[in-house]
Amino acid sequence: MIAESVHMSQETVREETLDNIVEDVRRDFPILTQTINGEPLVYLDNAATSQKPRSVIDRVCSYYEEHHSNVHRGVHSLSQRATEMYEAARETVRGFIGAASTAEIVFTRGTTEALNLVAQSYARPRLGSDSEILVTMMEHHSNIVPWQILSGQTGAKVVVTPIHEDGTLDLDAFEQLLGDKTCIVAVAYISNSLGTINPVEHIIERSHARDIPVVIDGAQAVPHMPVHVGELDCDFFAFSGHKMFGPTGIGVLYGKETLLDAMPPYQGGGDMIESVSFSGTTFNKLPHKFEAGTPNIAGTIGLGAAVDYIQNVGYDFIQKHEARLLTTALSKLSELESIRFIGQAAERASVISFLLGDSHPYDVGSVLDKMGIAVRTGHHCTQPLMDHYQIPGTVRASFAFYNTIEEIDRLCSALRKAASLLQ
Amino acid sequence: MDTEKEELYQALILDHDQAPRHFHRLDPFSHTAEAYNPLCGDRYTIYLDLNSHIIRQISFEGYGCAISKASASMMTSMLSGASFESALALFSSFRTALLIENPPSDDSLGDLITLTGVISAPTRIKCALLAWEAACTAIQGASRHAITPETTN
Ligand SMILES: Cc1ncc(COP(=O)(O)O)c(C=O)c1O
Repeated sequence: MIAESVHMSQETVREETLDNIVEDVRRDFPILTQTINGEPLVYLDNAATSQKPRSVIDRVCSYYEEHHSNVHRGVHSLSQRATEMYEAARETVRGFIGAASTAEIVFTRGTTEALNLVAQSYARPRLGSDSEILVTMMEHHSNIVPWQILSGQTGAKVVVTPIHEDGTLDLDAFEQLLGDKTCIVAVAYISNSLGTINPVEHIIERSHARDIPVVIDGAQAVPHMPVHVGELDCDFFAFSGHKMFGPTGIGVLYGKETLLDAMPPYQGGGDMIESVSFSGTTFNKLPHKFEAGTPNIAGTIGLGAAVDYIQNVGYDFIQKHEARLLTTALSKLSELESIRFIGQAAERASVISFLLGDSHPYDVGSVLDKMGIAVRTGHHCTQPLMDHYQIPGTVRASFAFYNTIEEIDRLCSALRKAASLLQ
Repeated sequence: MDTEKEELYQALILDHDQAPRHFHRLDPFSHTAEAYNPLCGDRYTIYLDLNSHIIRQISFEGYGCAISKASASMMTSMLSGASFESALALFSSFRTALLIENPPSDDSLGDLITLTGVISAPTRIKCALLAWEAACTAIQGASRHAITPETTN
């Protein structure tokens, strides 16, 4: 209820109040107050992983201090309490992404494990040697390599949707590549390297017109925008807790119940079984069938706290403030003489990849680090994309709602210094 | 920027980065070595002209960050004409200077001292050692070959 009323009031949030809200939310993130190399930390590596608010840290702490026990196993009170907290987090996540049932929410270690699960449990039994898996040029390695492994196992082919120079998908090519042999489409909602927001509604609609299921890599979407898997009608949706202000080591695979139900288990062990005997084992019902072994209980509970936090802050604020950060950063960065942006999609999240003259991204990153600014440098786990642009990597500044306009100014002046030093 | 912050990119490093020495293919050469760091895409080919125990000439080509390029450039300057033994000893001293906490001061390092600033940025140590590791692997291979000429690879 509280979350809802805060959210409502923020729908009328005005530009001039954004800064006040940012000031407030920054106080929720203990890590942001430190200095790095003698300068106040400017954390612009949010696409790699985001920082954690006090409420998430406290929830994890209090779980260990007061409630820890194993889940789904004991008759004792602590175990029941831990189970309730664990399953409550599942319900929180269900509501957060608009799934129909908690049976559709499978906890994984992260996006990577969720995508591997889809590849091995959903796709593998369905693929033949002439099948095709359709991905895109801008996928993260975690949405490429599981399909390549699958290709090695089945002989199926990984087919790549090309992109335009500005970093948007070539939808005409996509339409042509989508064929009778396509068994599954796997695409990122938002590119972690370019920030491009892909038209996943269109991709899902076109794929479904041919009865082809779609798995969305939503790792970069949930930190920036509301997601409703029901409205999207995607078949699978994967994301990671640590990129949305939650703990590391916890993620989610959403899958349509009918699909998950028909899939064989991904791993075997405790919790995922109904009964075990040497003459045969029956599997637990959804979603437990896919959660073998003692799960990341604290991480799951922390993820629930992260969802609560996002809902309290509200996507309305997040999107308004991040849009302002993005336009401000783009306009201030373009004043730098030697900057070259990689990816210029109109529809994009607050992720900016660029090169500074001939300077190697690592050198730029090291100089920025000396000035307290954390950016990512390298190929961002998207080597095929970097090869496409014929660059070894980029410098990437990725913003979260706790970043400020002042931090953009610090980034720009640091980049000026880096340019004069390195060039 | 104060000097502490410039430490990583001393003038000599930037000079080697912008005007690398022996930055060309060698003709003729007896050995080549590939130095590649997939994490950052740095890639150099090192050309060596070796006789049984001396590096007659050494040069390199390729692309990479200022640290790796300056290191490769200094390497080619320092190892031209060096014996295998002294080259490998220098590599070992350089490694020690980068990898061991509080290494003893070592005069043999010469210009390489400027690269020890990477100790404050540990992820960059790999950059400083990239070309050296490749070249020295080739030299070690050649020296084994020289000692036991009957072994073929
Ligand atoms: C678009 C995208 N997909 C997948 C991943 C993999 O996420 P994780 O490492 O949390 O499994 C990432 C993050 O690195 C990402 O940005």
